[in-house]
Amino acid sequence: MSLSRRNLLGLDGMSAGEITTILDTAENLKEISYRPIRKVPTLRGKTIVHFFYEASTRTRTSFELAAKRLSADTVSLSASTSSLTKGETLIDTAKNLLAMSPDCIVIRHSQSGAPHLLAKHIPISIINAGDGAHEHPTQGLLDMLTIRQAKGRLDGLKVSIIGDITHSRVARSDLIGLNTMGSEVTFYGPRTLIPPAVESLGAKVAGSMEEAVADADVIIMLRVQQERLTDVLFPTLREYAQRFGLGMKEMKAAKKDVVVMHPGPINRGVEMSPEVADGPWSVILDQVANGVAVRMALLYLLIGPEAA
Amino acid sequence: MSAPRPILLRNGRLICPASGLDKKGDLLLAKGRVEAIGGKIAPPNNAKVIDCAGKVVAPGFIDLHVHLREPGQEYKETIATGTASAAAGGFTAVCCMPNTEPVNDSAAVTEQILERAAKDGSARVYPVGAITPGLGGQALTQMAELQQAGCVGVTDDGHPVSDSRLLRRAMEYASGFDLPVVCHSEELALSAGGAMHEGPTSTRLGLPGIPAQAEVIAVERDLALAGLTGARVHICHISCAGSVEALKRAKEAGWAVSGETAPHYLALCDQDVGEYDTHRKMNPPLRSAADREAVRRGLADGVIDAVATDHAPHSVLEKELEFGLAAFGVTGLETALGILLELVDEGLITLPQMIERLTASPARILSLPGGSLAKGGPADVCVFDPAAPWVVEPGKMRSMSKNTPFAGRELPGRAVVTICGGKMTHQAKE
Repeated sequence: MSLSRRNLLGLDGMSAGEITTILDTAENLKEISYRPIRKVPTLRGKTIVHFFYEASTRTRTSFELAAKRLSADTVSLSASTSSLTKGETLIDTAKNLLAMSPDCIVIRHSQSGAPHLLAKHIPISIINAGDGAHEHPTQGLLDMLTIRQAKGRLDGLKVSIIGDITHSRVARSDLIGLNTMGSEVTFYGPRTLIPPAVESLGAKVAGSMEEAVADADVIIMLRVQQERLTDVLFPTLREYAQRFGLGMKEMKAAKKDVVVMHPGPINRGVEMSPEVADGPWSVILDQVANGVAVRMALLYLLIGPEAA
Repeated sequence: MSAPRPILLRNGRLICPASGLDKKGDLLLAKGRVEAIGGKIAPPNNAKVIDCAGKVVAPGFIDLHVHLREPGQEYKETIATGTASAAAGGFTAVCCMPNTEPVNDSAAVTEQILERAAKDGSARVYPVGAITPGLGGQALTQMAELQQAGCVGVTDDGHPVSDSRLLRRAMEYASGFDLPVVCHSEELALSAGGAMHEGPTSTRLGLPGIPAQAEVIAVERDLALAGLTGARVHICHISCAGSVEALKRAKEAGWAVSGETAPHYLALCDQDVGEYDTHRKMNPPLRSAADREAVRRGLADGVIDAVATDHAPHSVLEKELEFGLAAFGVTGLETALGILLELVDEGLITLPQMIERLTASPARILSLPGGSLAKGGPADVCVFDPAAPWVVEPGKMRSMSKNTPFAGRELPGRAVVTICGGKMTHQAKE
């Protein structure tokens, strides 16, 4: 299996075939993480730069583990350790890194489109680990892998994504990927957090929490970012939890076989009650495990022995 | 300095919207003035004769809205390179915005700009002074002195006056000297943090949006204050349908108002931002296709009086960045004519209408000399070929900055000769 692309900038423009290839590869590589010795030599001699301009714990750890399990060498740079704080531009920093001949740059950046800028100037593999409010394609892929494991398929499903859609790159990547695979995505949240003209991207918008939950095969809850409070996008966390949170009351009205997901980290008691987060429908920890597998698959496909 | 030789422009299509002239004939320029117009003119002894068969001979274009960046940001553009760019585009006069360093908020800065323009310029330069010192939005500049020094209007351009009471005072005060107030209309509370037009494309790209209403609300306010004060108010770079409608109503009310748009709002829309193309980032942003259509109609109907480029040169330092961090602004002087000729070819406007929006109309709005081919008037002329296709190559532009939104686009025609004050300021290579 291989991919005919150098970069992963987003799920926008990626075909169903490519997504399936990545997910199948992830399934194959997954068992490595459960061996007594969790390492294979596939990417020995390859160098991966993890370039995190924005704070991240789980995505970064997940990428680091994925690279290490494939025996790649990794270097990590964060905004505080990079020359960014010294006024260097993104392109300059990247060109300097390039001079040390890495094979792949994994970038997380607060500005939408930063990975695209990098890809325009740097002739090695770029993986988008989340750019602004644009895309988070590896999260989208790991979400799809988790859904496929839970539901056995990715077509004909109804997926509801609830919370801060406007600022969510996860929502965009999930929407694009799931639409490509033939599933229907419905958004719900405070109207201040639903982006304009979102229907044009292929999403439905629910009119109420009941509607969002009722027919869903999958419910993905998004994190409430506390800094949105100062931006006056909703009045209080209390009202948010009451109107837009997923609790036992909502779960009673949901389908019996619904699965509940969350990209983490969870604000327990805000977007999700503890009972829901820990209930039998929750596949949140599967998402985390799948994250490593999907990132291993991408590294393998983009810079591995069979890469284009 | 010796007077330039007389120039005889022979056998061109003479179009002067100010007088309604549209006829084949000769044009003689001498001593910096239009000496004779129409029919066959015998060349004086020492005259330079230029064959203009197949070309249009029009008044030199006047751009109401450019940023020449001097003083203060000479790494982006200078008065010399900016006016050379103007000449290459067929412009013989440009009105420069006050957001230089220092801000043009005093007669000293105005005089410095005019001195530099007289020395290095390839076009007439008309400074537009600031409304408030340092564009700070707190007090009024000494507008009468600015006007006396050579300012043709006042504006805070990209830093619009938020305080309606202060803007009212500015309009009232300026109207006492018949000084036009030029408004970049933007409700800053609504546009804050935005990087592009709010709509499907901003949602797709995950970029914070600037709703068209941020412009419309401010246009409505600025026009309402024009009604209140009776001042001459000119609305800059109209980009959306709501602004066109507001301007139409204000004109019907009989207020002394006018408006301009820029070529990029006529030719492009928000989708053209593509994958984070910072050369398509400007303020106001490229709007929806429906807005573009309304702006085109507004231009054709004459609701929008003029086309101005909002020529805003930026270096790669400001443009080769993440989209959200890149500066707003694009160059425009060398592509404006070509973009407008597209509209002529499409049948949206006629050639005389196009020329009127670039000459007589801007001259009237800011009471500038020129804008016509009248006998005795300034010898400011643009000779252009409406059917000489060329491809926009940023590297070949005269502007110091290369941030054109039209790189690679084939335009239908271009200026071949530009004459300012009887002196040749541009001649296209064949």
